[in-house]
Amino acid sequence: MRTTFTQLENFGHSLNAPAYLVKPRSSEEIYEAFKQAKQNGLTVTARGAGRSYNDAALNGGGIVLDLTAMDHILEWDSATGLVRCEPGVTLEILWQKVEPEGWWPPVVSGTMKTTLGGCLGANIHGKNNFKMGTIGEHVVEFTAVLPTGAEVVCSPKKNGDLFYAMIGGYGMLGIFTSITLQMKRIHSGLLTVDAYPVQNLHRHLSALQDGAPHNDYIVGWMDTFAGGSSLGRGQIHAAHYVHEGEDPNPQETMKLENQILPSRIFGVFPKSILYQFMKPFANNLGWRMVNLAKYVASMRKHTFRQPHAAFHFLLDYVPNWELSYGRGGLIQYQSFLPKETAEAAWTELLNLSLKRGMPSYLGVTKRHRPDPFLLTHATDGFSLALDFKVTDGTRAKMSAMLQEFDKIVLDHGGRFYFAKNSETTAQTALTFYGEEAVAKFKKLKKRCDPNGLLESDLFRRIFG
Amino acid sequence: MFDSSKIVPATPLNPRHRAILVGASEGMGAALARKLAKEGYSVALVARQKEKLAALCAEINQGGEICALAYPHDVSHYEEVPALLQKIIADLGGLDTFILMAGVNYPPGGNDKYNFENDRKMIEINLIGAMAWLSPVAEMFQSAKAGQIVGIGSVAGDRGRVGNPGYNTSKAGLHTYLEALRNRLTRHGVNVLTVKPGFVKTEMLKAAVGPTPFAIPVEKAVDDIYRAMQKRRQTIYTPFFWQYIMLVIRHIPSFIFRRLSF
Repeated sequence: MRTTFTQLENFGHSLNAPAYLVKPRSSEEIYEAFKQAKQNGLTVTARGAGRSYNDAALNGGGIVLDLTAMDHILEWDSATGLVRCEPGVTLEILWQKVEPEGWWPPVVSGTMKTTLGGCLGANIHGKNNFKMGTIGEHVVEFTAVLPTGAEVVCSPKKNGDLFYAMIGGYGMLGIFTSITLQMKRIHSGLLTVDAYPVQNLHRHLSALQDGAPHNDYIVGWMDTFAGGSSLGRGQIHAAHYVHEGEDPNPQETMKLENQILPSRIFGVFPKSILYQFMKPFANNLGWRMVNLAKYVASMRKHTFRQPHAAFHFLLDYVPNWELSYGRGGLIQYQSFLPKETAEAAWTELLNLSLKRGMPSYLGVTKRHRPDPFLLTHATDGFSLALDFKVTDGTRAKMSAMLQEFDKIVLDHGGRFYFAKNSETTAQTALTFYGEEAVAKFKKLKKRCDPNGLLESDLFRRIFG
Repeated sequence: MFDSSKIVPATPLNPRHRAILVGASEGMGAALARKLAKEGYSVALVARQKEKLAALCAEINQGGEICALAYPHDVSHYEEVPALLQKIIADLGGLDTFILMAGVNYPPGGNDKYNFENDRKMIEINLIGAMAWLSPVAEMFQSAKAGQIVGIGSVAGDRGRVGNPGYNTSKAGLHTYLEALRNRLTRHGVNVLTVKPGFVKTEMLKAAVGPTPFAIPVEKAVDDIYRAMQKRRQTIYTPFFWQYIMLVIRHIPSFIFRRLSF
């Protein structure tokens, strides 16, 4: 197997770490990499599409397993909706395979570029978390290779302790080699979407809570520049499936060409260079204007039908949008709060960001429910994801502000998500996961990985 | 050796550049190590003198956060380098800058004295030792398409003079090697900086025979080096005016130069 010493970055381009990159094509080759690591006293991290905003897929100075070559759909049964995939299969490959036959992945992220291995490692959620839970809840079975070379098959019933720890375990117990998922039946290529404005944080959260039971998906956008009585204002997009018989021509709407996002605007302008035109706006004034304009535009309440792919994969509308944030890149701060305390916590948090003159440029809210996984980020409440631009001048100030954010969130019983947050300390993680969960995870880690071969920069930050 | 797992983790808001300093236990190396740690680098300090190295490390880390790690190593033990380099990069969590400062100066003790053993030691340490480190580092940086190499040469490497032929040769060789690396690596996004100090008040200066004009404190030299690193310069003299002095000296025709006393 070829090893290349390569500079790797996180998705936000805010961190880099060189590593020995290996591209395995089978579980044997993954085990081969473990043996090499042990021989050389190095550690190993799995990497899929590299779409994590933080250090989950980085392993500075160690070995990184690039699993993108293991991208085959191994079995697909369009009668039952069961699909067995290699870990490097992306959501893009998956939905394009199953959608034309009337199925849709039960849980998807805001981008289709993520790999299933990465999705399971982070135990991702979508805009339907309140209803369908995390992706892990739709895994029927998976196979993983452990650093000891052992191959384990896990399902909720078989090796349950490993099943609930490896999903959401960020690849620190073993490497997924095959994943069996249950797809969800759809009866149209379209979703019915209601869009309506919310005037403040209280109404924003009420809308998410009240809207959720009547919808299949719900997501809020927040104008993160609005303060005072407008703090937390924004727009809700609530969507539900088009039921059987409601779409006069489902064969047509489910066709792949009616789902795929266009690569050009008005058929002429290539979207791949669009991010260059966003660059001049990537500052406080520019994004304030963008947020304001978006809020004004959202004041019209309307209902429309939209293809699944267009509704879900908002982040793919502008390719390379993350590059518009410039040299320092961006970070994302996502907090999960119980429904009872979310309003108080975020009022404090958003006001603090405005007071410090470091507003987030983009805010997204969702409704969540708890799940049975060992290292879970979800809670019966809401999440707020905030994007921040990183510059040399603001690093120290922003770092101090995020420490204050962490304190606010912890004080209100909140949690964090390690596909996103990059500044969380080991102490904070211990507090919200709880000592019992962390001890249990470390015990499983000892069992699966007695030599401590699996380590990422994230692991060292959180459990080091 | 210190527990590497405790090194401060890098985050986007606390990015921590990672540097290796070879020849860090005293003089300019130690001063640069202190400077880089102060500027937020994580540094791996490599040097022969174990006790001095441990003391320097302890001094840098006394603030609480571990940002310096110590690796005792003799640069003439070439065969140890690849494994040690791999270990250090894993401990640091990557590598942004490699700084080669290791060097010895054994003047022969007079313009009529010759000492092959000393010349050989200077070449083995100043040149071959440098190549033993620079070669694998350059290979990694070229592959990663990122990084910075800093080599400490000397104004003594710009001409062969009567006082210390072996030292002149070792530094001239190093300059040429660094230049060749620069020509190889610039196109891959790697910066190679050659630093040519004049006289700097270090232990090495005490060994020098003859006058040592314009000698500067080591902190001044280190500030110059740090600034050049940030600007990703190619070659600098420290203090800066040596570039004009050396410009003149480099152009003195041989028929005059061979009659001069320095």
